[in-house]
Amino acid sequence: MVAPELEPETSNSILTLLSEVMDPEIPVINIVELGIVRGIEDGSPPNVIITPTYVGCPATDMIHEMIREKLDAHGYDHVEIKNQLSPAWTTEWITKAAHEKLRKYGIDPPGAHTPSCPRCSSTNTRLISEFGSTPCKSLHACKDCLEPFDRFKCH
Amino acid sequence: MNIAENYIGATTPSSPKTAYMLRLADNALILGQRLSEMCGHAPEMELDLALTNISLDLIGQAKLLFEHILTLEDLAPNADVLALTRPQDQYTNLLLVAQPNVDFAHIVLRQYLFSTMQKIQYEALLGSSDKTLAAIAEKSLKEIAYHIRFAKSWVLRLGDGTPESSERMADALDCLWRFTGEMFERDNIIEQAEVSGLSTDFTSSYEDWQMEVKDGLAEAGGLVAPEVGQMIMGGHKGQHDEHLGHILSDMQFMQLRHPGLQW
Repeated sequence: MVAPELEPETSNSILTLLSEVMDPEIPVINIVELGIVRGIEDGSPPNVIITPTYVGCPATDMIHEMIREKLDAHGYDHVEIKNQLSPAWTTEWITKAAHEKLRKYGIDPPGAHTPSCPRCSSTNTRLISEFGSTPCKSLHACKDCLEPFDRFKCH
Repeated sequence: MNIAENYIGATTPSSPKTAYMLRLADNALILGQRLSEMCGHAPEMELDLALTNISLDLIGQAKLLFEHILTLEDLAPNADVLALTRPQDQYTNLLLVAQPNVDFAHIVLRQYLFSTMQKIQYEALLGSSDKTLAAIAEKSLKEIAYHIRFAKSWVLRLGDGTPESSERMADALDCLWRFTGEMFERDNIIEQAEVSGLSTDFTSSYEDWQMEVKDGLAEAGGLVAPEVGQMIMGGHKGQHDEHLGHILSDMQFMQLRHPGLQW
């Protein structure tokens, strides 16, 4: 069988579908914004290439299932999902638009900036622990509004 | 839930390549399991989160390694069976990683000694002839940096803390130092891994590792590694102490009771 050419439109519509899959642990950003969708590879069958954030992240399996469900429901049940480890995921792949969504959700986005409170924007904060509620976040407290907050770790 | 009709178990690797990767996987699995025992038991909630996060990272590493091994050699029908059904003498992890969680000093020191070695060991895999192994190492190294930072900061804090905390850290060091020689032990499997290009030689960094760790210990209130007549070894050959047996009886229970169990 000749490998079917993946039309750019098909590739785009798959990408649109993937951008409807939200991160199960941070439901305000989707997996494309999170930077774990590395591309759509032409072939027979075509592959959606994804990369895990952290190796032990339990959300990885769940995201896999959510993508499968989404593709199947829209007639892309022949498309396969492929896990790719290298190059390793980095927080630099999180889009700028997602940074703002993270902040509104109460998570200080990753970056070189001084940790700042997502509620009152104060930079007068302290680190409570480098390990937060999920592998990708550290736990901080704001010394001005006194609220604790999560920060996306630079990774 | 599925359970197999008949007994299924894992077989022993026949190639030095898979045997070497199994060591790496077993180290990550057993230390991950050991740390998971602390879930709900750490001195405070943030430490509970930290220890279980490290555990999760290590079990994630182990999962990738077991799955990769199975693509190279058919040792078991799936990663769970390979990880959880072998008899004790088929586990080839270091003795250090199975040592018990005596107190918080033991836990953080064990982590410091292991993670500083694991960093060197995984860096030696970055140019591996096995691209998947190199990718697993590259990914894991990002997480190992956190493990070292966490462990080292607590070794410093306890070693340079109160008389009781520094005494406990000194006790932990007396107990665990004798297991560190094994981490850099050379044998046939490691030599073949080097010859085949699977790994570069990391064991030649033993002295550098010792210098780095001894400096760290000195900073921690002047801790000094004890003189050890003979380092205790045997893990690579499957010769373990009783501690691994206790972990296995807990960890293997479900797979051995219900062979092939899948959720």
